[in-house]
Amino acid sequence: MIEVLSLPPLATVQDLGRPGHWAQGLGRAGAMDPLAHRIANWLLGNHETAATLEIPLTPARFSFAEDTVFAIAGAACGATLDGVPLARNWAGAAKEGQVLALGPMTEGARVYLALAGGIDVPEMLGSRSTQSREAFGGFDGRVLRPGDQLRACDGQTTSAKPLSCAMPALRGSDADAITLRVIPSAETDQFSAASLDAFWSQPYSVTPQSNRQGCRLDGPALQRETEGELRSHGIAPGIIQVPGGGQPIIQLADAATMGGYPKIACVIEDDLWRIGQARPGDRFRFTAIDLSQAREIERNTQAELDRIRTGLQKARELQKGWS
Amino acid sequence: MPDTGLFPIGSRALTYQVDCPFDLDHQRRFWAMAEEVSQWDGVCEAVPGMTNLTLRFAQVPADLDDLDARLCALWDSGRQKDLTGKVLEIDIVYGGAGGPHLGEVAELTGLTIDDVIKRHAAPAYTVFAVGSHAGYCYLGGLDPMLETPRRKIPLQSLPGGSLSVAGLQTGVSASAGPSGWNTIGSAEVQFFDVMRDPAALLVPGDQIQFNPAEVIA
Repeated sequence: MIEVLSLPPLATVQDLGRPGHWAQGLGRAGAMDPLAHRIANWLLGNHETAATLEIPLTPARFSFAEDTVFAIAGAACGATLDGVPLARNWAGAAKEGQVLALGPMTEGARVYLALAGGIDVPEMLGSRSTQSREAFGGFDGRVLRPGDQLRACDGQTTSAKPLSCAMPALRGSDADAITLRVIPSAETDQFSAASLDAFWSQPYSVTPQSNRQGCRLDGPALQRETEGELRSHGIAPGIIQVPGGGQPIIQLADAATMGGYPKIACVIEDDLWRIGQARPGDRFRFTAIDLSQAREIERNTQAELDRIRTGLQKARELQKGWS
Repeated sequence: MPDTGLFPIGSRALTYQVDCPFDLDHQRRFWAMAEEVSQWDGVCEAVPGMTNLTLRFAQVPADLDDLDARLCALWDSGRQKDLTGKVLEIDIVYGGAGGPHLGEVAELTGLTIDDVIKRHAAPAYTVFAVGSHAGYCYLGGLDPMLETPRRKIPLQSLPGGSLSVAGLQTGVSASAGPSGWNTIGSAEVQFFDVMRDPAALLVPGDQIQFNPAEVIA
C-alpha cells in the first residue's frame, strides 16, 4: 500500500482504456502513454491491463504504509527512494515507511507508477481507467489527492530484486522535434496549398493548454478553403482537427467520440504515446504515410512490444534463479 | 454536402459518409448499416453519426478499397432501420448565464430572441445519434432558419445540461466539458448514469420535445 504525501491534482488511475462503449458516447480513456504503462507493469510481471497511476505533473511524494513491490516508468524525473536515486524505468521493493520522491521532469511528460498485482480499484464497464468527464472508474472517478491510499490487488509479492530497462526513443534523428506519422483525412485536400505546405514542413509547438482531452498546438495557421459546417461524425484519439481559428488540436484519450471540425490528418495509434510524453514547448513534425505503411508500423510495434515483454520476463526468471 | 467515401480518422478507425440530404429518411439507412457492419469480421464497433458511419477496428484495416465497395453496396441497397422509441420532455431555461450565446444566435440568424426560442421549441426532435460524450444525443430536425456556424475557438468547459446549436444540429450536453457550439439555454436531465443499465438514457430513434420553462433575455 502506498499513500500520497504530495501530488499536483492531475494524476489519475488508468489502464489500457475502456473501448466498446462508443455507441453510448463513452470515450476510451486509458493511459496517455500506453508504452510506459505496459513497461511499468511488465517490470513487475503484471499483465499489461493492470491499472497504474498516471502522473502528468511533479514533484510528488509517496510513502509506503507496508513493504511494497512497485515500479515506475516513463518521463525522467530524478526519482529517489529514501534519497537513493532510481533508474528511469525501475522496479523493486520498498520497505514500510520509505518515501518515493519524484522530482521535476527533465524529459517526457508522464510517469507511471505500478504496484505488483496492479492497483486495486473496481473494474467498471470492463476497465479500471478513470473516466474523467463522467467522473467514474479509476480512484472514485477523480484525480488523486494527498492522503489517498492506493492498494495492490491480492496475490502481490513483497520482495523483489531491482530491475530496470530502456525505453524506445521519443525522438528520431531530428533532435529538434518529435516526429509523428500521420494519415491524411477527409478534409486534407480542402486546405489551402500554403497551409498544407506549412503543415508538412513546419514544426508545431505543444501549448500549455494541452491535457488528456487534446493537445493544442501552435504554429502556422491552417486555412480551409471549402466553406460549410461538417455533419458530426465519429472521431478517435489521434485525429488532428482544425477549428476556424486555424490552430490544430490533436484529440487524445479523453476526447469526445464525435465531432465536426475539419480534419487535416490523423496520428497513427502507434505514435500516440509520443504525444503523451510531449511537454509544453516541445515541437512536432508531421510525416504523411498511408494505411498500408501504418499496417507495417503496427506489425513492427507489436514485435518490439513482444521483444520488451519477453526480455523483461527472462530477466525476472534469471533473477529468481540467482536467489 | 459531404464527399461520398471512406476516410481514415485514425489508423484503426474509418468514417464512411455519403453526399445525401440531412434528414431522417437517410439517417435510417445509416442505422441499418451500423447494425449490419458491426457484425463484419475485424470491425469492433460501427456507430452512426449524423448521416455517416464510423467503424473501429482492432488492427489497421488491410484493404480500404474492398471495404469501400462493400459499404457502397450496402448503402445502395437502400435498406432502412425504422427505430421508434420514447418521447422525453425537457424543461429549458433559454438565455441567461446558462445560455450565453442566445443573443448572438439571434443576431447571426436575423431573428428576434422570441422567434429563436419559438422555432427551437417547436419540433419533436429525433435522436439521430449518441456520442461526443457519454449519453449525449445528436438531434435532427432543427429549423434551417436557426443554422449557425461552430465557434471559431471552442470553449474549454461548459456545464452539463447546456442546450446548444451548431450547423443544422442541436442538443443538450450530458456532462461538463469543452464545446464549439453556441449555447442558448440549460436543462436538468441525467442523460448518462453508469449505475443504470443501459447507462445512456436515450438511444437513436427516441425523441425529445423542448418545453420553454423560462426565458432570460
